[in-house]
Amino acid sequence: MRARVGEALLPPIVALLVALVVGDILILSVGQSPADVWALLLRGTWGNAYGFGQVLYKTTTLTCTGLCVAIGLRAGLFNIGGEGQLAAGGFAAALAGLALPAGTPLGIALPACIAAALAAGAVTGWVPGILRARFGAHEVITTIMFNFIILALLNWAISTTLRVPETLHTRAVHAGAIAPLGDVLPAFHGSAANWSLVLSLAAAAAMWWYLFRTRAGYDLRAVGLQPDAAESGGIAVGRVWVRALTLSGALAGLGGVNFVLGYKHYYEDGFATGAGFLGIAVALVGRNTPAGIVLASIFFATLSQGGLAINALVPKTMVDVLQGAVIIAVAASVPEVRRVMRRRARSAAT
Amino acid sequence: MILAFLSQTIRIAIPYLFAAAGGTVAERSGVISLTLEGFLLTGAFGAALGSYYGHSAWIGVACGLAAGLVFGVIHGIATIRYRADQVVSGIAINLLAIGVTRYFLHLAFGSSSNSPRVAGFTTVVKGEGLIAGLLHDPLIPLGLVAIPAVAWAMYRTPFGLRIRAVGEHPTAARTIGIRVARVRYIAVAVSGMLAGLGGAYLALDQHQFTDNMSAGRGYIALAAMIFGNWDPMRGGLACLLFAAAEAAQINLQGTHGIPSQFVQMIPYVLTIIALAGVVGKSTPPAALGRAE
Amino acid sequence: MTGVDAPQGAAALVVSMDNIEKHFGAVAANRGASLDVARGEIHALVGENGAGKSTLMHVLSGLVTPDAGVVRVDGRAVTGWTTGDAIRAGVGMVHQHFMLVPTLTVAENVVLGNEPRRGWALDVAGAERQVTAVASRYGLAVDVRRRVADLNVGEAQRVEILKTLVRGARILILDEPTAVLSPPEVRELWRVLRALRDARPDGAIILITHKLDEVMDVSDRVTVMRHGQTVANMDTAHATAAEIARAMVGRAVSLVRDMPPPRTSRRSVDAPPRLVVRDLVVDGARHERRVDGVGFSLAGGEILGIAGVEGNGQTELVECIAGLRPVRSGHVLLDGRDITAQPVHARLSLGLAHVPEDRHRRGLVLEYSVADNLILGRQRGYAGRFGLDRARIARNAAARIEQFDIRPPDPALPARALSGGNQQKVVVAREMGDDFGVLLAAQPTRGVDVGAIEFIHAQLRAARDAGKAILLVSAELAEILALSDRIGVMFRGRLADILPRDQASIERLGRAMTGAA
Repeated sequence: MRARVGEALLPPIVALLVALVVGDILILSVGQSPADVWALLLRGTWGNAYGFGQVLYKTTTLTCTGLCVAIGLRAGLFNIGGEGQLAAGGFAAALAGLALPAGTPLGIALPACIAAALAAGAVTGWVPGILRARFGAHEVITTIMFNFIILALLNWAISTTLRVPETLHTRAVHAGAIAPLGDVLPAFHGSAANWSLVLSLAAAAAMWWYLFRTRAGYDLRAVGLQPDAAESGGIAVGRVWVRALTLSGALAGLGGVNFVLGYKHYYEDGFATGAGFLGIAVALVGRNTPAGIVLASIFFATLSQGGLAINALVPKTMVDVLQGAVIIAVAASVPEVRRVMRRRARSAAT
Repeated sequence: MILAFLSQTIRIAIPYLFAAAGGTVAERSGVISLTLEGFLLTGAFGAALGSYYGHSAWIGVACGLAAGLVFGVIHGIATIRYRADQVVSGIAINLLAIGVTRYFLHLAFGSSSNSPRVAGFTTVVKGEGLIAGLLHDPLIPLGLVAIPAVAWAMYRTPFGLRIRAVGEHPTAARTIGIRVARVRYIAVAVSGMLAGLGGAYLALDQHQFTDNMSAGRGYIALAAMIFGNWDPMRGGLACLLFAAAEAAQINLQGTHGIPSQFVQMIPYVLTIIALAGVVGKSTPPAALGRAE
Repeated sequence: MTGVDAPQGAAALVVSMDNIEKHFGAVAANRGASLDVARGEIHALVGENGAGKSTLMHVLSGLVTPDAGVVRVDGRAVTGWTTGDAIRAGVGMVHQHFMLVPTLTVAENVVLGNEPRRGWALDVAGAERQVTAVASRYGLAVDVRRRVADLNVGEAQRVEILKTLVRGARILILDEPTAVLSPPEVRELWRVLRALRDARPDGAIILITHKLDEVMDVSDRVTVMRHGQTVANMDTAHATAAEIARAMVGRAVSLVRDMPPPRTSRRSVDAPPRLVVRDLVVDGARHERRVDGVGFSLAGGEILGIAGVEGNGQTELVECIAGLRPVRSGHVLLDGRDITAQPVHARLSLGLAHVPEDRHRRGLVLEYSVADNLILGRQRGYAGRFGLDRARIARNAAARIEQFDIRPPDPALPARALSGGNQQKVVVAREMGDDFGVLLAAQPTRGVDVGAIEFIHAQLRAARDAGKAILLVSAELAEILALSDRIGVMFRGRLADILPRDQASIERLGRAMTGAA
């Protein structure tokens, strides 16, 4: 039992440690004091309301892409096309908002736009799912390929027809606008944090419910843990795969709402950059559990925002290095620790 | 006219050829190589750094090679020694490459977008034939030779035989005394070096390093490798095909050509079609990605 | 040891293994195992699954170090040597599961690790010449340029033998070589082995097998193992198949405390059969027949036992009936309905239950709790309006844990934490808990402690008495004899005649299991 708790806490601990150690090295290499820099980072993120608002904003997107990767992994599938799915979701939300007549009440416009985002994300997840289930095409490659295809398509759509001249974004989308947190909580005024945060947290809760309380979630987790036993138990493995990747895409698509409806109020080409891959980091560190993903999102969002805060002392690109280092360290440590613990358990038994 | 198109295609294809050659070596040994993008990027940065401080393009090439090698070894250690998931490690390497190159770009050159101009190879003499012009940059003939060289090594040398065995049936290889881990380490190191050379070409050809200059080329090389069904020569042909499409699109830009974004999509769409088995069975190495 | 004509003098012994002991954890794979092989002979090492034959040969080939005992090769003590040493001394092992790289050619596979070179390059022509030369010297016909994936089973096996010969093997060990061969391929293999024996009079061939027709056909001497020990050693010419079979199977009563008296079948003669299998043919990976025209019928209120050494098609047969493997031809009928093409969940809902032979792979999701494993396959029945009815799942778990005495009695524990016996009880509790009509029980007590074995046997008997139809597939003859009303034997994908229990003696079954009948 203690081993399992240890195994669950390992990735966050490794993540924290690696971030600290590698960060210290980089900070020292520019002649700064780690203590000063970390203090500044904390002050710039959790120490003031604007910074914290920005952290919350980034957490929202990362939670969605993290959930996207996690639900795939729970079914034994690796969806790394989160960025394209996120962009597609945002795009669909913008289109829906632009298509709705002006003056549509929020109660209709908002659900419509969110539904559009979910649907677009779902479709972009469904296709790799079918390719895997029917043709055995490995989803790692197909989702990467679709990532680029979707981004290219969206770029084309924006740059040829939909954009406001001299920019790469659409007209302002007023229908379905999500209010910033700053309206209600004056402290957050000026930050990008908006009520999409609630949506992402609700999605996390919904995913928890789906995975651990429904029959479909039981099937999905069984397929991910032991597909042969699932098959023996009458579960249609291929259909579960399709369902998992569809849901995965939908979750990423939901994240698009954060930028498009909650922050800039238009769709902009490139808004999703980096969020897909970071979603993988979030799922890894968060151990594919909704609660862990939310916490891991906060961690990576803090790092990201913190980079801006410390830019005067250390180039903010340090954060990019930290992200890559953390992912490798976590990915390398989990199997290694499992192996050591299993060896110790075996020698204790003999 | 044709020669100009051919020359342009070749120039575009060189990074793809290098990266696909390296990726084929690693993947045939059983190690998933999403890392090509990161290797290209670090190779480019290493080359820019080396050429600037060493005042010589050749030093740049050496540094680009070394940078790719270092990142290759990191990927190897994470996946082979520590059994990290190979897909995750690949993505992490790419992120790390972006981060590290940005960080040192700032540190070494004080900029967040590009390095200063660095010495390259090309000094095209006016009036020279286009083909002769290609030979000024040694990385171009080297890039063209990379694929056939890998094909020869894979199918005609003992080590290539072992790579193929290890990627298909590592247990069988182990029972006759082949050290599977060692073979894979070497294969991944080679992939880092080759892709690093591809990045070196990029930087030296453009005479500078720009942030994220690999711009997805590593993924196109990966697509070419898959489309070529993990055979070096076919992967090389795919690289040329993708490069030709790109060259055609550049030339037709502004006229009634296909929009550039659709040309960009071609490698990815073709790969998905190949994976779905539409053009014959896609046969990755049987032991690809398995921790073993 | 019933020795007949023991070989004269130690010099004539190319291999001598004396009182070998080897334990894997708590399991004694070898205890008091001995083997003497004379020069120039083909020596058969026979025994049932788990008798210790493979372990003994792994000791000889250097894969495994014995805990006690002495191994001599050519009179030299070599106990505990490495595979490298063994190969250099001329010992070559051909494993049951081929170690060949499918995408490479025959020549490439054979020279792998020892490749002839020409400068930096691989001397492909030289490799092909070298391998062809060795092949023709020993009469092994094979085209060295073909890809291994394109070879049939017999050819692939010849490549495995070639691999050892090219490395200079003269003491050849073959582990169940005919497991996947057809009769003409078997005859071809005998020809090859005899040619090898005659070509290397200073060597020997050791054949691990459980099929007595092979032993009688090709071997010069036989050593019989049972439960990790050597129990008999004879000259093939002077032995009968019946004698060997009896030595292999022995008095199979160790696990059965009170053998119930042979019972008359309780089947009602008029009751329709619940499970009918007709002319079932199933193919393996290389298109060989794993199940070759099997048919039987099973009625309620009886246990039909299918005996046989593992690897004779039982696994495929059960997987087909359960819906986990497609058939090449034939039919499966459940209560009169043709379910041959039905998916697994349809069969489950029609009252088919399945205790799989591999509980870790097919029977349990080890990371799931005991409670969650107890509803696998039936989870739809526990779905309420807002998700799974956890209260009902808990009640089900509590009931089963008590009914089947699962320990520790904690439904939240992951199945991984339970002992093998208790894990199996979870599977059995699940499959036998609901209302089922036909139960497929494959190796139901494998790896299970004695207490759990008795419990599971009692459950099977009770179900039968309640009118259920049970198909019991087991490699443990004792178990078959203890539980079955009728008994059939699978050998080489075919089901031999099915006998009522009172007509099935150990000897008769032993002969059918080994093909000696």
